[in-house]
Amino acid sequence: MSAFWALVRRDLRLAWREGGAISTTLGFYLVVVAILPLGLGPDLNLLARIAPGVLWVALLLSALLSVDRIFHNDHEDGALELLALGPLPLELIVVAKALAHWISTGIPLVLAAPVLALLLNLPAEAFGVLLLTMATGTPATSFLGALGAALTLGLRRGGLLLSLLILPLFVPVLIFGVSAINAVIIGPSPFLPSYLILAALTLATLALTPFAAAAALRLNLQ
Amino acid sequence: MTQTEGLFNRLANPTRFMSIAAAILPWLTGVTVILFAVGLYLTFFVAPPDYQQGETVKIMFIHVPAAWLAMMGYSLIAVSSIGSLIWRHPLADVSAKTAAPIGAVFTFLALVTGSLWGKPMWGTYWVWDARLTSVLVLLFLYLGLIALWQSIEEPSRAGRAAAILALVGFVNVPIIKFSVDWWNTLHQPASVARLDGPAIHSSILTPLLVMAAAFTCLFFVLHLKAMTTEILRRRVEALRMTQVARAAAE
Repeated sequence: MSAFWALVRRDLRLAWREGGAISTTLGFYLVVVAILPLGLGPDLNLLARIAPGVLWVALLLSALLSVDRIFHNDHEDGALELLALGPLPLELIVVAKALAHWISTGIPLVLAAPVLALLLNLPAEAFGVLLLTMATGTPATSFLGALGAALTLGLRRGGLLLSLLILPLFVPVLIFGVSAINAVIIGPSPFLPSYLILAALTLATLALTPFAAAAALRLNLQ
Repeated sequence: MTQTEGLFNRLANPTRFMSIAAAILPWLTGVTVILFAVGLYLTFFVAPPDYQQGETVKIMFIHVPAAWLAMMGYSLIAVSSIGSLIWRHPLADVSAKTAAPIGAVFTFLALVTGSLWGKPMWGTYWVWDARLTSVLVLLFLYLGLIALWQSIEEPSRAGRAAAILALVGFVNVPIIKFSVDWWNTLHQPASVARLDGPAIHSSILTPLLVMAAAFTCLFFVLHLKAMTTEILRRRVEALRMTQVARAAAE
């Protein structure tokens, strides 16, 4: 297990010292959320109604923008092949790198969401739910993103292809993330069922995607 | 079991597959033509117009089979993907690759006919109905698969990557369907015209089943033809490569 945590620590340290990547992702999130009212008009009631959906969609797009980094650099400088030769199974390497991506990108995005929610006039009682659902859903986006990154490793225009492959798989997370928040703001459906399904989706994703992603990595490392 | 395994292994030889396909194709094509002739006749001259929807109900005889085949095509890709990942069956790869565009076209056809049907029924070309939305997502899954095939040059690598993606997508299709149903009931309860009037009468059911059989045969005709074409294309590619290698050696 120490090799696993060493890999997580290494990835976090790299993400921290690179710096630019996280702030770019956060900047993208801010710009996408800020540009929508310019297209939709400044009606605060309308913005409050669509805020959960807008915040979730923008978060998914921002996460998508950053996931192709999960394996890219390590693939280019050969570190990934060294890792594959090491004692850690590829499945756990995927878990470690996706986990590091979630900590370094997912959590900052989740923490930025309430600030952006202010811009969209999200009702005050929804802020806690917003944080909770996003913190629950974003691990799934990181792991699905890792699968997409593994499939498109080393391809030209891999980033664009990755969006086409992975966005449809984000649909369930998006639907239940938004419906859990809407349940608190609008009702009448209760909060808990949506939230529990969201949590189940995340857990299933965490359990299954590492195997698919590791198979894709094996293919690309041959 | 041994018998099916035997068949499975015999089919693994592309040349034998080509000769079997060549033997089956004319017959299957003939059956398809006959089924379409009967199905279209039943559709236009026998099936009664609906008392509410008039003649537009006949769109159903194209729409419903196309939607079935959209699902069947993806299932076929998933089964072929298992074959190519686990047994490295050489034809499973070809089957998965060639089924994707055909399935995508049927999915597109289901969406277009559904939309054309929706205009007179719902008053608009598109409603975010649960079924329409999940078929739209299915089309996206198909497009992703085709795009992945086209992005990786080496066919065996492309095949295995696409197989992994196809299986992930196959696990996700029911989940997406379920979440879209949930989303739809949340957003627009029963605003869409429901089509479940009385149970389907046999005067409509018979043409529908004949058309479904015709479409299924059409799918397999196209699929077999596409598979043989793909095998030939790979042979040409291989011949060209050996030619280049020989020229380089001289």
